[in-house]
Amino acid sequence: MTPPGEAGTARRPHTGRPRRRTRGGAPLPLLLPALIGLVFLVLPLVALLVRAPWRSMPGLLTSSEVWQALRLSVVCATAATAVSLVLGVPLAWLLARTEFPGRRLVRALVTLPLVLPPVVGGVALLMALGRNGVAGRWLDSWFGITLPFTTTGVVLAEAFVALPFLVITVEGTLRAADPRYEEAATTLGASRFTAFRRVTLPLVAPGIAAGAVLAWARALGEFGATITFAGNFPGRTQTMPLAVYLALQNDPEAAIALSLVLLAVSVAVLAGLRDRWMGAS
Amino acid sequence: MTGDRLTTGTSTGTGTGGPRKADATGSGAGLDARLVVERGSFRLDVTLTAAPGDVVALLGPNGAGKTTALRALAGLVPLSGGHLRLDGKRLDRTPPEARPVGVVFQDYLLFPHLSVLDNVAFGPRCHGVRKAEARAQAAVWLERMGLAAHAAAKPRNLSGGQAQRVALARALATHPRLLLLDEPLAALDARTRLDVRAQLRRHLAGFEAVAVLVTHDPLDAMVLADHLVVIENGRIVQQGSPAHVARHPRTDYIAQLVGLNLYRGRADGHTVRVQDGPSITTSEDLAGDVFVVFPPGAVTLHRERPHSSSARNVWRCEVAGLETHGDQIRADLTGDLPLVADLTTVAAAELDLHPGAVVWATVKAAQTHAYRA
Repeated sequence: MTPPGEAGTARRPHTGRPRRRTRGGAPLPLLLPALIGLVFLVLPLVALLVRAPWRSMPGLLTSSEVWQALRLSVVCATAATAVSLVLGVPLAWLLARTEFPGRRLVRALVTLPLVLPPVVGGVALLMALGRNGVAGRWLDSWFGITLPFTTTGVVLAEAFVALPFLVITVEGTLRAADPRYEEAATTLGASRFTAFRRVTLPLVAPGIAAGAVLAWARALGEFGATITFAGNFPGRTQTMPLAVYLALQNDPEAAIALSLVLLAVSVAVLAGLRDRWMGAS
Repeated sequence: MTGDRLTTGTSTGTGTGGPRKADATGSGAGLDARLVVERGSFRLDVTLTAAPGDVVALLGPNGAGKTTALRALAGLVPLSGGHLRLDGKRLDRTPPEARPVGVVFQDYLLFPHLSVLDNVAFGPRCHGVRKAEARAQAAVWLERMGLAAHAAAKPRNLSGGQAQRVALARALATHPRLLLLDEPLAALDARTRLDVRAQLRRHLAGFEAVAVLVTHDPLDAMVLADHLVVIENGRIVQQGSPAHVARHPRTDYIAQLVGLNLYRGRADGHTVRVQDGPSITTSEDLAGDVFVVFPPGAVTLHRERPHSSSARNVWRCEVAGLETHGDQIRADLTGDLPLVADLTTVAAAELDLHPGAVVWATVKAAQTHAYRA
């Protein structure tokens, strides 16, 4: 046995954070699958970098089609995020702060697009907002508005897929925020809406920002619902993911270059999220 | 119903403690409320009246319904029954934002994203005052609270006492006709408490409308309030001036709070027969149902049955527990008459007190106090 004094000097000074890691090596049945899993996740990304046509990269990235697709992607993803914010924050508030019959059902319905295959979402959107859709028919005959296969259609398809991310994130933040601040505001004469606007909104702003970034990233990468509902027209509905898919058929080098751009954007989003809102873990 | 019976009971039982200095119902000014709130098996039913300038303390153990009563007054909990009138106006169905009520919450709930100045200006802003004017008003309130130097600070940078004063300023800035304080000193450490209690007393004394504060600390209630309402299990069990309640406790809870041994029994002259217990000889000459109290310090303990003692009351007891109480030892005794006794550490050592020890307790009749139940 080590004398207590010696053990004390050998031990590293406490830094306040409790040690949680297991000492010594991890058992093989855990270590092996873990390493395989890690390689499985990282290898494709490394392959993308290895096979990247670095020499012809500048030429590929400055071509007008790429810029067109990238611009369209960013514009549509941003618009879809804006739509998600305008509709999603109130929806999240309703779910987090009010009690109404069927609230659980509403919550389940809101979450559904998270697990729904995006292609199915696209088909569903066509059935709803297509020219012969349940609502689209009236939009077409009354207002002359056609949504499928338009840039607006892209935004709608992306918002359909991204909105649940925002609602779930913001609802979680609202639930964690102390509702008594709203009560305090009402005792000072604030209506419920004023209390929401001047107290709750600033308090949950970090959560809303995190939800918006998640929604934006999801919208940027959206493929299935977009191609089903909005089609694949360069300059109008062809976003980056569609361009990547198309390029892969004719020009694999261009596909790799486009993929790298999307990878860079994703890494940037993750870094931003981690540093600003998630905190270092 | 229950509230009425208890109120009447109090006023018949006491000369000084029952009637209020002003009857709010008659003049229309002040607070006149019967708060009935039902939630599951819990039922709150309390009647509160107060004139402008009154400070009423709701005192009671945890879960008694004090905070629920406060929230009902603020409109944060709907009434299941009863009524609420403030300065003659019915507020039963008025939403909280339209009530002329200010609340100081237990942990203050200062808006963390706003400066101290904007926290105080929040109320006036909600009442339609322009931004510059609201801030000017807030600055005046902060000046009055001695917090002008902290106007630009964020709430998280304030000490507990400062945050408490900001919360008070924020509540007062809307000129409420009813000020509610939920455990106003509970979040403070012992040293700060002393200062803040004195300051709060000064501010409440200068407040011209009704103030209702909730506390489980009898000292806060005694120092801050001029009328005490004791609530247990959603009902008022006693009310009156703090001094009166302290000297004439009517429930074990209050007796423990104010540190008295309390018994109920039937008096016949100077002798009170305690229910299921021995008799106590008292100095008062009474008849019928009475309460008897005596402080733990009035009890003297002996190892042998005393023969020469002049004390009229002698009971055999067994030590159930001992604990330090300030610079004294408090002995918890069971036996014919369960009681607590205070004695010095030296005396406790000389008596060789330990749990299970048999002792004789004596109390002089002159140190007991009996009053009608």
